[in-house]
Amino acid sequence: MENLISLFVETVFVNNILLAYFLGMCSFLAVSKRVDTAIGLGLAVIFVEVITVPTNWAIYNYLLAPGALSWAGLPDVDLSFLGFISYIAVIAAMVQLVEMIIDRYSPALYSSLGIFLPLIAVNCAILGASLFMVEREYTLAESAVFGLGSGVGFAMAIVAMAAIREKLRYSHIPEGLRGLGITMLITGLMAMAFMSFSGISL
Amino acid sequence: MSLLSKKDQGFLKDPLMDNNPIATQVLGICSALAVTVQLQTAVVMSIAVISVISFSNVLISLVRNKVPSNIRIIVELAIIATLVILVDQILKAFLYDISKQLSVFVGLIITNCIVLGRAEAFALQNKPWPSFLDGVGNGLGYSMILIAVAFGRELLGSGTLFGFQVIPDAAYAAGYQNMGLMVLAPGAFILLGLIIWVQRAITGVAE
Repeated sequence: MENLISLFVETVFVNNILLAYFLGMCSFLAVSKRVDTAIGLGLAVIFVEVITVPTNWAIYNYLLAPGALSWAGLPDVDLSFLGFISYIAVIAAMVQLVEMIIDRYSPALYSSLGIFLPLIAVNCAILGASLFMVEREYTLAESAVFGLGSGVGFAMAIVAMAAIREKLRYSHIPEGLRGLGITMLITGLMAMAFMSFSGISL
Repeated sequence: MSLLSKKDQGFLKDPLMDNNPIATQVLGICSALAVTVQLQTAVVMSIAVISVISFSNVLISLVRNKVPSNIRIIVELAIIATLVILVDQILKAFLYDISKQLSVFVGLIITNCIVLGRAEAFALQNKPWPSFLDGVGNGLGYSMILIAVAFGRELLGSGTLFGFQVIPDAAYAAGYQNMGLMVLAPGAFILLGLIIWVQRAITGVAE
């Protein structure tokens, strides 16, 4: 239990998926203009991460890993090269599901997320979490916690950035630096601030 | 250059400066930063991205009239994922050390917004040959930024280029120090922000 909590804290703060691994930058830059849409996207990402990482864990460990098919009487089969295509299929299906749910229960959020909802499917943070899960050989419980942690980390970073950018609208910025340039510089400063968490261990 | 008409050259040149995928179209930043601590990984990553994007553009352009538009995203993802698996297996077979260093970021070419973005925006409407050139051009535009960031980070962060020391020992003896910040994540963000500023000041794009 204790190592799960420390894994969670570590994934949210120390190894923040966005600020330390640069994953999910595209939607981070595009949707961080207003706080309410950022909160909506953050929640959608948390939801998709929590479902897809354990699902992909099951797919990897029972179908794809070397020797995983031994329950079917095929101990010598190694399908791990099919990993990428199966993970992305799971993610695309999940995103479709989330899209239908949001459309049904919150049309306002649906229209404000617009094109970025289907683009969650190609959000690097989500595929990245699944790939890290495989690379670091997490257990099922660890992978669920890791999925939740990276989703929360992403949501926190994007909401904080949206709040900063709302204030930034009133400031004088050199012309070429407006928009993308200044956002990158602020992200750098945020990443620096998050590095001060790196001493934390539970 | 008789092989390429004036229009074809435009497909190749446009994305390099005026319509750069990273700095102007804001696509594909995700993977651009993580592999730029060293020049070597950045170059390998660039080659991988150029080959995936150009061949995915060709293949998608070939099937563009046969795929119904409501399932096109999943078809495009399947094509891209297949090409990325090919690249990943080739890297594992011939450049094992570098493929270990790139770790998950080869797989993440699948979700690199440039590849899907160009497929949607260009390959679906155009013939295979222009699509191929568009893919190569955008891949080169991406590589240019990637290599510029990696050059700065490796030079300032480790004092080396491609692993060879370029800052003389005399400088270190005189008190010069490597900039530790450049090796870490914030250095990449800040360097890219500055490169985008320069690029936009030259091309005159503003938001």
